[in-house]
Amino acid sequence: MTGKDLPALNIADLQALLCRREVSPLEVLDILRARIEDVDGTIDAYLSLDFEAAAKEAAKANVDLPLGGVPVAIKDIINIAGQPCTCASRILHGYRAPYDATVIRKLRTAGAIPFGKTNMDEFAMGSSTENSGVKLTRNPWDLSRVPGGSSGGSAAAVAADEAFGGLGTETGGSIRQPAALSGVVGVKPTYGRVSRFGVVAFASSLDQVGPLTKTVRDSALIMNAIAGHDPQETTSLNEPVPDYTAALGRDLRGIRLGLAKEYMIEGTDPQVKSAINAAVKHMNSLGGEIIDVSLPHTDYAIAVYYILATAEASANLARFDGVRYGHRAENPKDLLDHYGRTREEGFGPEVKRRIILGTYVLSSGYYDAYYLRAQKVRELIRHDFAKAFEKVDALISPTSPVPAFKLGERTDDPLQMYLADILTSPANLAGICGISLPCGFAKADKHQLPIGLQLLGKALDEARILQIAHAYEQSTDWHKARSPIAGTLGNA
Amino acid sequence: MIKTSDLDVAYVAKLARLNLSDAETQLFQKQLGDVLKYADKLREVDVSHVEAAAHAVPIFNVFREDQPRDWLTAEQALSNAPRQANGLFIVTKVVE
Repeated sequence: MTGKDLPALNIADLQALLCRREVSPLEVLDILRARIEDVDGTIDAYLSLDFEAAAKEAAKANVDLPLGGVPVAIKDIINIAGQPCTCASRILHGYRAPYDATVIRKLRTAGAIPFGKTNMDEFAMGSSTENSGVKLTRNPWDLSRVPGGSSGGSAAAVAADEAFGGLGTETGGSIRQPAALSGVVGVKPTYGRVSRFGVVAFASSLDQVGPLTKTVRDSALIMNAIAGHDPQETTSLNEPVPDYTAALGRDLRGIRLGLAKEYMIEGTDPQVKSAINAAVKHMNSLGGEIIDVSLPHTDYAIAVYYILATAEASANLARFDGVRYGHRAENPKDLLDHYGRTREEGFGPEVKRRIILGTYVLSSGYYDAYYLRAQKVRELIRHDFAKAFEKVDALISPTSPVPAFKLGERTDDPLQMYLADILTSPANLAGICGISLPCGFAKADKHQLPIGLQLLGKALDEARILQIAHAYEQSTDWHKARSPIAGTLGNA
Repeated sequence: MIKTSDLDVAYVAKLARLNLSDAETQLFQKQLGDVLKYADKLREVDVSHVEAAAHAVPIFNVFREDQPRDWLTAEQALSNAPRQANGLFIVTKVVE
């Protein structure tokens, strides 16, 4: 192991080295910093870095803790005391968080060191990170393509070996979809499993925080640190947190896996389809029983999602009014001018679009037709899952119907971009848990593009989907494949 | 069934306290018209027997003891204010 190879390590292996005192937390930070300086000019995963604060943490890190001395990249929607938290938006330019989010406090308690904030679609609204008000992030597997989104910065940083692991958030798939497109592991925990206190709200009935990592075990380690009840958050579930690593290593005998025909949608890339079919066969060979199920309301999920998420967003984003923090328009002539121009200047196009849509569906005369109806169809989607989980332990599908698309390819057509969430948003609507992990590659113009396998579990069944994902991962080689830019390690 | 999709972006923008340029207004009118047309598929679904769900988890009325505790100081709370003085936020004139 030389310094140059170190960034390629996963969290578990890095922590083992730290624990054996073969490398110090400060050395790890220095090597990581050099790696970021090398490649982030190409990938653009980070919005801000604070190695000075991180070095202070590293100097007193307790390496005997589960994540002791491990630097973790954090999506720029999560507050870290003293660091910027911009949500990649002009309206929060210059904002510095006065306090730590609960997930940050919990990561610190487990020994981890937050050191940098990653790029994202502005206010987490998007599926490609192209809606960032700051810059584009590139997919480490093919620099002409998107990393997915909205947690594209964290996903790309992990895929390019410029982070050992990271945190993302998702509302309709913003962890799982970039994990799939960037070839890493991403977990969307059950609604209420992880506290959102200190996480800027997008759609409060859907938002969750979760890990983006190189391996399933690393996601389990981060889940161990961040899951659990938070008295400061009213939707936080007061349920015991299992050791998510405990079930890793078991095989799939006795596990029932559901295959929903509605999740092989029209327009699924043939290479994605064949990778998923192969993964299903492989799971079957590991002892998993494959059972056909139906989720009949899947086709309505995107419509429900975009009504509910934009409605909630229009209310949540009302707080950006230029009074207590963030951008304020110069010399307003009255209060309406102050609000109208502050928000015009501060928000980017996609955020404006969603505020308009959300305000409209909540407005007098349209509430019943859109918002109330969408809430009812949401209940039907939730019922579909409840029925399926009577027969199976987990559902298996592609995470995204297509691999990473080209930068700019979908930016002019919001509806096409919205359809990218078709296989992920139902889980957010139902409040269940899910994971995406690598299961193959699609070939496109000489590039290898990662394909993501999605497993969905019932509420609070994270341990089970992690176990299934781990069994699949450890019996295949997909997680060992490295993006071309990660492959440059040690050759410089 | 209630009539849908007579979206007036300029009017909704006023409700949302969000100024839009003429070009943005026109663009959103077209794009969100498409999105609402897509959302019309929800009208096919029979929801007569369904109760609306505010969110996916049955948690209601979460209370805590009403006790003082340490939190941000006034200085910290004001640290990101666009304008401030004497421990107060300075705001745009609200009354005539």
